[in-house]
Amino acid sequence: MKKLLARRELSLVLAIILIVGVAIALQPRFASEQNIRSILLWVPLLAVAAMGQTAVIITRGIDVSVGSILGLAGMTTAILLRDYPQLGVGGAAVIGIGLGALLGAINGGMIAFAKVPPIVATLGTLGIYRGLTFIVSGGRQVDDYQLPKDLMNWSLEGPALLSKVPFINSIPWVVWIALLVMILSHLGMTYTRYGRDVYALGGNPDAAALRGIPVNFVTFMAYVLCGIGGGFAGVLYASRYGTVNPSGIGNGFELQVIAAVVIGGVSVFGGTGGAPGVALSCLLLGVVNVALSVLAIADTWQMAIYGLVLLVAIVADERFARSARKRAGEAV
Amino acid sequence: MITRIRSRFGPEIVAVVLLLLAFGFSAFREPRFLDAEYLFDRSTLYMEAGILALSMTFVIIAGHIDLSVTSILALVGAICTTLVSKYGLPPVAMIIIAPVVGGALGALNGLLVSKGKLPSLVVTLATMALFRGVAQILLGDHSLPMPKELVGIHKIQLPGTYFHVPMVLLTILAVVAAGVLHRTVWGRWVTALGTNAEAARHAGIPTGKILIQLFTLSGVAAGIGSMLMLSRLGVARFDHARGLELDVITAVVLGGASIFGGRGTIVGTITALGLVGVVQTGMGVAGVKAEVQVAVIGLLLIVSVLFSNFTARKRGR
Repeated sequence: MKKLLARRELSLVLAIILIVGVAIALQPRFASEQNIRSILLWVPLLAVAAMGQTAVIITRGIDVSVGSILGLAGMTTAILLRDYPQLGVGGAAVIGIGLGALLGAINGGMIAFAKVPPIVATLGTLGIYRGLTFIVSGGRQVDDYQLPKDLMNWSLEGPALLSKVPFINSIPWVVWIALLVMILSHLGMTYTRYGRDVYALGGNPDAAALRGIPVNFVTFMAYVLCGIGGGFAGVLYASRYGTVNPSGIGNGFELQVIAAVVIGGVSVFGGTGGAPGVALSCLLLGVVNVALSVLAIADTWQMAIYGLVLLVAIVADERFARSARKRAGEAV
Repeated sequence: MITRIRSRFGPEIVAVVLLLLAFGFSAFREPRFLDAEYLFDRSTLYMEAGILALSMTFVIIAGHIDLSVTSILALVGAICTTLVSKYGLPPVAMIIIAPVVGGALGALNGLLVSKGKLPSLVVTLATMALFRGVAQILLGDHSLPMPKELVGIHKIQLPGTYFHVPMVLLTILAVVAAGVLHRTVWGRWVTALGTNAEAARHAGIPTGKILIQLFTLSGVAAGIGSMLMLSRLGVARFDHARGLELDVITAVVLGGASIFGGRGTIVGTITALGLVGVVQTGMGVAGVKAEVQVAVIGLLLIVSVLFSNFTARKRGR
């Protein structure tokens, strides 16, 4: 098991190096630093949302509503900051994340307690949350001049403490926030009882129930975590882009999140994978985007490439899983 | 007799009642709903969804799902119009090529699910992106025109009636689908596969082959749907039918097909599709925004599954 994980992370690192190498070799005149920076600043959003989705997919579930959760939470945060600036960026962020948790809890409640299949529940809320985003915003977007400077600065400036350190001082807050989220979720998934329960449930739901793991609660919480990740990413979205449009925000984001998680080594058969692999695959997707832009490949290729890479990752996972079962002497 | 009908068609009866209620309410709010010409005119949209829903009924009864149908629809349209406008394919050949290309794309799903032993949900989620992505590579943000002689099929009516060609086509296909599902061995096999895949395999049912056939069928349906949609809209775009999979899956599940597989009827699917159509048209007339309409359909989907779970539990499964 350890070996399998190590192999996935190693291959992700190799893929990142390869893509960077190819991009540099084919295009020595790199695109502007500004351009690359702008693309890479999208990685923290993806990583924060992917951490929650990781827990969901480990339990053999799926949450396709995460893009709409991002949308509703991000939109609400932006509207609150526009209309009630006295809340402060911190206060509005907490509300946005809390709203994400609530939306995740609605998904989780239906899935864990009412036994609605995850795809049906979250396909439904994908539409519902997007509709609510329209209702709360009245269909109008929030523009960057209506948002406080502090929020924008999350994506522009790093901590004051590091302002004198060369190179590192150019890393903005959103990256540090994402790193912190990733470290916390790795520790949480590895060293807490809840984290172990998630793996146990994904590895074998029946055995988990027999061992006395509160299966329904563990499932429920996985979707709450996914909602928190989506809500947090929504807040970061408002900071990153400034302009928040009710139909644009988070639209189609679920595909990127699910791709990041599966490519990161979380098997759709449940029970395996974790934060380090997913973090690397978020970086990989960011690097792919930079490479596409540097090599002047049109944006129109992006969706097909994501779909293809996702498909390859799923098939590769099944091969790994099958050979692992063979080694373990189980029936294949 | 009545209890027998109720136990066999319970979910379908719910769909019929809801359809009548929705229709009554809409007609009360908007008198145009009683105008047959208006109704038939509005219905053209739902014929394409209906054809996708027919094959989706089979897929869901078999215990699977196909999220990629609407992407297949878009890609088939992109491929066909590209072939015609860039490679001089005679326009009429599209009618044959569309279902074939759709079937091939569907077969790819089927092979991955059947031979790869992969969950259909994840496979079709990936191909949903892949197929639409390839359509986007082919067309970009532009649209390619449908050849003139193939535009406007929805405006051709049976003489003396309001029935248009797509509706006639859907009716024929629905009758055939119902016959295949309820009256043939293959239909029984599909149901058996969804009831208990393991048991079906042990009973000697060629489950792997059926899966490939099911997803191929789904692709063929998307190919036919693509031709109808292109004929109605006059152009191919990569974002055609985006999100329509929600309407299709909602219609199937609301129509009484169990999302866990093993049960469902064509009558239920068509009735529920009518319900989705009436609800959406009603909201459209009332000036409800498209995004909010999607939310209502999403709610319908969830409520229908919650409801069927609840009644299943009450019956003690």
